[in-house]
Parts: sequence; structure tokens; C-alpha cells
Amino acid sequence: MALQSLDIIRRSATTTPAPEVRGSYTGTVAKLIDTSKCIGCKACQVACMEWNDLRDEVGSNTGSYQNPADLSDQSWTLMRFAEYENPKGDLEWLIRKDGCMHCADPGCLKACPAPGAIVQYANGIVDFQEENCIGCGYCVTACPFDIPRISKRDHKAYKCTLCSDRVAVGLEPACIKACPTGALVFGTKEDMQEHAAERVADLKSRGFDQAGLYDPAGVGGTHVMYVLHHADQPALYSGLAPDPHISAMVSLWKGASKPVALAAMALTALVGFFHFVRVGRNEVGAADEAAAEKHS
Amino acid sequence: MSDSDRRGSLVRYTAELRTNHWLTALGFVFAALSGLALFHPALFWLSNLFGGGPWTRILHPFIGLFAVLIFLLLAAALWGDNRLSPADWRWLKQWRDVVNNREDRLPEVGRYNGGQKLLFLVLVIGMVGLLLSGLVIWRAYFSLYFPAGLIRLASLVHAVCAFALICAILVHIYAGLWVKGSVDAIVRGTVTPGWAWKHHRAWYRQLTHDAHPRSGPN
Repeated sequence: MALQSLDIIRRSATTTPAPEVRGSYTGTVAKLIDTSKCIGCKACQVACMEWNDLRDEVGSNTGSYQNPADLSDQSWTLMRFAEYENPKGDLEWLIRKDGCMHCADPGCLKACPAPGAIVQYANGIVDFQEENCIGCGYCVTACPFDIPRISKRDHKAYKCTLCSDRVAVGLEPACIKACPTGALVFGTKEDMQEHAAERVADLKSRGFDQAGLYDPAGVGGTHVMYVLHHADQPALYSGLAPDPHISAMVSLWKGASKPVALAAMALTALVGFFHFVRVGRNEVGAADEAAAEKHS
Repeated sequence: MSDSDRRGSLVRYTAELRTNHWLTALGFVFAALSGLALFHPALFWLSNLFGGGPWTRILHPFIGLFAVLIFLLLAAALWGDNRLSPADWRWLKQWRDVVNNREDRLPEVGRYNGGQKLLFLVLVIGMVGLLLSGLVIWRAYFSLYFPAGLIRLASLVHAVCAFALICAILVHIYAGLWVKGSVDAIVRGTVTPGWAWKHHRAWYRQLTHDAHPRSGPN
């Protein structure tokens, strides 16, 4: 069982159970990102680069501190900077660490056509196994958060792994380790929800009446959660989805249509075969040739 | 009866049309097999025919593009003979007579019958649908120009069109095997006068009485 995790609860394009004998008896894991404590230092971005040996291209300034401008195959996490003028006329600098949310119901995994290219571990982490990736981009199509990126170099899909390699040996993700303010914390999902509740109560006592936890139910909850000062308006945070869910198009395309269409195609071929058996061929007889001769 | 008599004396398809048809067929079969590999996990093994998953992903859109473009040439050549007329709808309504080989009860048929024309219509719509949706979901070159919602819609449209086309082509292949002499027509190009008389009488009358065409039902 060398280098097997044996705790795979879901495996893309696979209709039989994956090796899942190991459970997650201490609970699933979660990363909590407290936007109210984030100072935008990008230590998390640097730690991610360092641990994962990634180096994005040095881009150009696009008018804010946000750099690079977007996630890429080399940037699995990114601080997004938004300037928001609140109703009182004050400026709020809303900084959100973007990256894979590790959905409990992952759209990427649902859409992936390559067996084992995307897996979900018992601890909740959704991981890409790039060796099995064929580069079709269906994960990009289906992701409600627009996270996966296809590398232009090897045409494989990449995203945050939640440091599955570190977590597997009892370490916290690299970004958590680097965060200087405690805006990033990591633990069981239950503990993170409790911690978030304390943070939300604190924010409310400081006048942020709409403070709350972002753990969207539309995707079954996520294993990366946000504490937001404005939980009623997630879109303020550089377009965080207010109600993320797997699109109905994707559900239809990758849900019922698959077995139904396969059965219908097989049935069509079978109907042909049995028509042949029961009715038989439509053949031209001597009478037809004679009639044709007469009319020519 | 000599071999050439049996093969028939009436030209139904020229060498150009036959080549065009079989290039379309090859393209369609390979596009369908590589597409099915990506449609359902139970068929992912088909990707082995194309050199594995990544090669299937790389080749499928090019094969599909080839199949559609060569099909459009074929469709342009056959367009005029495939317009559905009221007589074709009567023919289609009598589908029970069709599938039970009771051809004598059906309206006289021209170069193509109602079923063939309906297939032609489904193929044209399906192929254009596959082409347009396929470009939108072609991640390597074109997806970056389209919003996520449209890519999701195109993914569904692509699957639905491919499903309809595969079913239609299965019917088409079976019909060719069922109506004896049709395979010869599309492989070697000719049919016997009796074949034309039995299956496409109005076309036969037109061929043999070109100088004084009789009015057929379509």
C-alpha cells in the first residue's frame, strides 16, 4: 500500500468504490480565513509558492496590490483586494484570500471524465491527481468558484491542494503556518466553526451587524470557510459567489443524461437487431426487376 | 445473371459522392468513439483506441471538425433532393408499413424517402449544433473567449446533439443493411432497375422517362 491514502470517498469518473477503508474519525478538516484579521501581507501566497515549488511570472501592476492579477497554474492562492465605500462614506479595504474552497459536493469532480483525476478524501480535501488528468477543462467549466487553471505547459489542471501532503502527515497547510495575524487557522471543521462563531460575535460587538460565517450550503458546505464582516454581501469581496451551487446545466450533463443516453443508444441498436430477426430484410424480387424492365 | 447485372446498371452515387460519404462516415465514427470515451466512465476505455486520455482530448475536436466540414460538403450536394414534401409526411405517417416491408402500400418515393429526408434534417441540425457548441467547449483554443454559463450550456448541447446523432446514425446504418442493395449503392455506386422500381419509383420513372416525365407524388 505504498503511497496510497486509502481514504478516498469519491473518485472522478468511477462507478465502483475507491479504496476507502481508512476513515476520518477525528472529523473533517477546514481552513478558516478571517477577512477581518487579514492585513494583505501575502505571506500565504509566498508560503504556497515555497512549499509547492511554484513560481508565477512576474506580472505588471494592474492598479492595486493584487499580484498576480489572477489565479494560475503557478498561483494556487491569491489575495484579492477590493475597495468598498460603505453607506457611511468610509472606505473599507476588503482583502480575501482566494483559492479552492474544497466543496463537500465538488462540481469539478462531478464533471471530470478521467477516472481518478480528481479525488475527495475522507477528511474533506478535494485533490487533483494530475497524472490522470487529460486536460479537457471540464473541471473549470463546472467549478462554481472559477478556481482550476489548465497549465499552458503540460495541459493539466491545477489548484490548491489544501496541502494534502502536509495534512496527511499531521502538519497544517503552508499558508496557515506563514500567516502572521492569525487570520488563517486550520483544524477540524467543527473547531473552525466554533472559532468562527466567537469571531462573528466579536465583530458584531464592534458594529459589524451582518458579520457571519461563509460555509455555503449550495455546495454541501466547504472545507475552506470565510469569516466576513459583510456576510450578507459576499460579492463585495472581489465577487465571492453569494449562492454557489453546481449549475443545473452541469447536473443534467453529468447526472441523469449519462445513464439515460447510454441506455437509449444501446436500445436503438438492439431494436435494429431484433427488427432484423423478426421482420428481416427488404429485398428486391424478380417481379420488381420485371416490372422495372416493362416500364423502362 | 452476370456479376455486373447483379450489381446494377443505374448510377445512384458518383465516385465523388461515395468518397465524400465514406470520409464523413470515418470522421463521424472516430469522433463518436472518442466523444463517448469522455461522456460516460463505462466507455472511458475507448480512449485507448486513440492513445490514451490526453490524446483523446487532443484529437477529438480535430476529428469532429473534419467530420463536420466534410459532411457539410456532402449536405450541400444532397440539399436539393432532401426537402420534405407533404407526400413525405404521408410516408412517415405510414411508418408501420415501412418497418414491416409493406412498401406497396406507401406513396411513390423520389430519390429519397421521408425517412431519409428526416435523417438528413436531423444530421444537418445535429452537426451544426455540435460544431458551434464544440468550438465553445474547445478549452485549448476557444473557451477563454466565452463566459462560464455559455460553456456549461454548450457542454450540455454538445452531449444532446451527439446523442441524437449517434441514435440517428445507428438507424441509418441499420436501414442500409435492412434494405438490400443499399450498401452496394453507396459502396460501388449502382443499383438495379428493380431496386429503383421498388424503393424509389418516382426517381426511376424520372430516370427512364426523362423526355416525358410523369408526375410523381413528389
